[in-house]
Amino acid sequence: MAKRKTPMLDELENGKWPSFISDIKQEAEAREKTNVDLQAPKEVCNDLLDILELSYKDREGHWKHGGVAGVFGYGGGVIGRYCDQPEQFPAAKDFHTLRVNQPSSYFYKTEYLRQLCELWERRGSGLTNMHGSTGDIILLGTTTPQLEEVFWELTHNLKQDLGGSGSVLRSPNCCIGKARCEFACYDTQQACRALTMEYQDELHRPAFPYKFKFKFDGCPNGCVASIARADMSVIGTWRDDIRIDQKAVQAYVGGEFKPDAGAHAGRDWGPFDIEKEVIDLCPTHCMAWNGEKLGINNRECNRCMHCINTMPRALRIGEDTGASILFGAKAPILEGAQLGTLTIPFMKIEEPYDELKGLIEKVWDWWSEEGRNRERLGELIQRMGFAKFLEVCEIKADPRMIREPRSNPYIFWKETDVPGGWERDIKDFRKKHQK
Amino acid sequence: MGYDASNPMKDRITDVGPRDYKEFLPPVIKRNFGKWLYHEILEPGVLVHVSAAGEKVYTVRVGGARLMSITHIREICDIADKHCDGYVRWTTRNNIEFMVDDEAKLKPLMEDLEKRKFAGGSLKFPRGGTGAGLTNIVHTQGWLHCHTAATDASGVVKAVMDELYDDFGRMRFPAHVRISLACCLNMCGAVHCSDIAILGVHRKPPMVDNEYLANMCEIPLAVAACPTGAIKPATVEGKKSVAVNDEKCMYCGNCFTMCPSMPLADEEGSGVAILVGGKLSNRISVPMFSKVVVPFLPNEPPRWPQTVEAIKKILYTYVEDAKKYERLGDWAARIGWERFFEKTGLPFTEHLIDDYRFAYTTWRTSTQFKF
Repeated sequence: MAKRKTPMLDELENGKWPSFISDIKQEAEAREKTNVDLQAPKEVCNDLLDILELSYKDREGHWKHGGVAGVFGYGGGVIGRYCDQPEQFPAAKDFHTLRVNQPSSYFYKTEYLRQLCELWERRGSGLTNMHGSTGDIILLGTTTPQLEEVFWELTHNLKQDLGGSGSVLRSPNCCIGKARCEFACYDTQQACRALTMEYQDELHRPAFPYKFKFKFDGCPNGCVASIARADMSVIGTWRDDIRIDQKAVQAYVGGEFKPDAGAHAGRDWGPFDIEKEVIDLCPTHCMAWNGEKLGINNRECNRCMHCINTMPRALRIGEDTGASILFGAKAPILEGAQLGTLTIPFMKIEEPYDELKGLIEKVWDWWSEEGRNRERLGELIQRMGFAKFLEVCEIKADPRMIREPRSNPYIFWKETDVPGGWERDIKDFRKKHQK
Repeated sequence: MGYDASNPMKDRITDVGPRDYKEFLPPVIKRNFGKWLYHEILEPGVLVHVSAAGEKVYTVRVGGARLMSITHIREICDIADKHCDGYVRWTTRNNIEFMVDDEAKLKPLMEDLEKRKFAGGSLKFPRGGTGAGLTNIVHTQGWLHCHTAATDASGVVKAVMDELYDDFGRMRFPAHVRISLACCLNMCGAVHCSDIAILGVHRKPPMVDNEYLANMCEIPLAVAACPTGAIKPATVEGKKSVAVNDEKCMYCGNCFTMCPSMPLADEEGSGVAILVGGKLSNRISVPMFSKVVVPFLPNEPPRWPQTVEAIKKILYTYVEDAKKYERLGDWAARIGWERFFEKTGLPFTEHLIDDYRFAYTTWRTSTQFKF
């Protein structure tokens, strides 16, 4: 039961969509009743609700800026958070967050989740985010003395580490991959886990100019949104032919199979029209249908996935699979939002991932050396030029990396590119050309 | 046994990383790992994946609030124990997925999920979020937990999802629609490539707390934080501080991130902008940024009616007008932005014309427009 009235929050208990207010209230009630020896304030959920009600009334947040909190030896994983009205809301005045590094693609055994719940009931607010934007399990709200206790129990009892925060490698994330998707061009879960384990030091101890994110998408559909938000996006692709089952194509044309795996079943779009819905929508016009047989000019295909998404029982990704690697995606702060830039058109993504690790380390060396404070990799590449970035990565320029060639002629030549170099004598010039 | 504060480094374990996902894969997933042939959406929120070995896994997808109590997680565990042999997963968009290996197990699972409600009456596990429809909104912390928020997150999301609820559970849109919310420009949830993005924005330059600034902040870092060069060092009443050129400020809040003595948030100044037409899949068209189509709406807790109204207007105009497979941004590009504003009825103002780094690339440099 809330100590004060929360009329605005109560309004958010109405409606059909799951109410986070009802959920916080149920946790508040559970804390009232429990026999557990609670180490964080019993009233924390009630005070949190009151803080939020006050924010709704004031139309401004009530959390202080930052505040140092953490566990020994790590520079990340804990976000210090203090309420700016501690006297009014003593049970939520310290409300620190722990980021717990999620397992690849969020599969869980309930046994593990129950252990985590038990820990967080006793030592925290009992509130979480499943999951935070980067991917971590977020344990939301505890006091300073509990931080080390939670970390000790996480590492000893749950065999589980914290995730990243601050200027570190943030907890890498991946799509569901081969676990349950026919489009996965490489094992995103394993790549994600292997690189997370390889770079534990970079993840826990800030040594970078700013944050760095790896994200692993299994195909160009991009379910984990790596192309928009990862400093390094590894996006599955293939370089041979789309596999076609002509009988299944006919089954789609004949209306036997539902197009787009049934994704459009909620409206009558009329019978499936392969010409209109697949052939004409192909961005490279590399497909043909003669009424019996589907043809794909694979050399001209840019692997957009539309035909495969639309007829998943008839078309399959190729067999020579790997990934395209893009660098530099980020949200707008500071120089504006960037999408990832295609840097490696194709790389095999197989254990032990040496080629990928070699590339990552070259990029990190350069960024650590040249990057300004709080400069994301994408911004550094813009500032220094993509050609410089290619030099750092030790790869040759390729027209696949650009949308179009430059339209201005301001080319930076290197002195070694130009016969005779740049050293010239003005006296020799004057012999031929008077002042 | 446990943490010993008097000897913090004793038996310390570090750098163990996350738990291995392989421990957590349901047996049917483990057996068919990498062998999946195709999938089908049987009905909204219900998928079947079929493997080359002939095995099938059935998935029931339900929406969830990103903020979740352990009481709720324990209930999820109870359901997973009862129906799914103790396995469950979440999606990248805060949905929960329950998987079974037999079609006969689907119905009891779905019935069990349907009947569960919170005390206030909202559903605990609404089914849907698949195919050409609406899925869950990904979002940030908002006023519940963040110091830079220009708006709330969970509350706005609840208000929007309540209004659009029916379309979470049906698949009548021309294509997927992804709505995202970030409560400030830092975008800890990157929303800049969403079909519809709700973004918390400020409209007032930072206040400067001259009395404390020098103690709280590194002045050179505060000065360097400004992308438009609007901040310079200054001495105010004998105290070292900074001065802000209000004309140059674009309220990005980067100075506040570096310096707590420069708060921006304001009851009247802060609110919501709406961006549309972004995508990140490579399907048909290439990934695109979302574009600002509503520069500002006020914060109106608890239900943000103007924000919800604007989103409904945009979404349902698109749903009525777009062709099959056309994402919101593809539709807007095809009909032209002049038509977008005409059809949605949203006002076009000078605030929507870019004047930042790559502004010129967004201006029309042709005579190809529509009257």
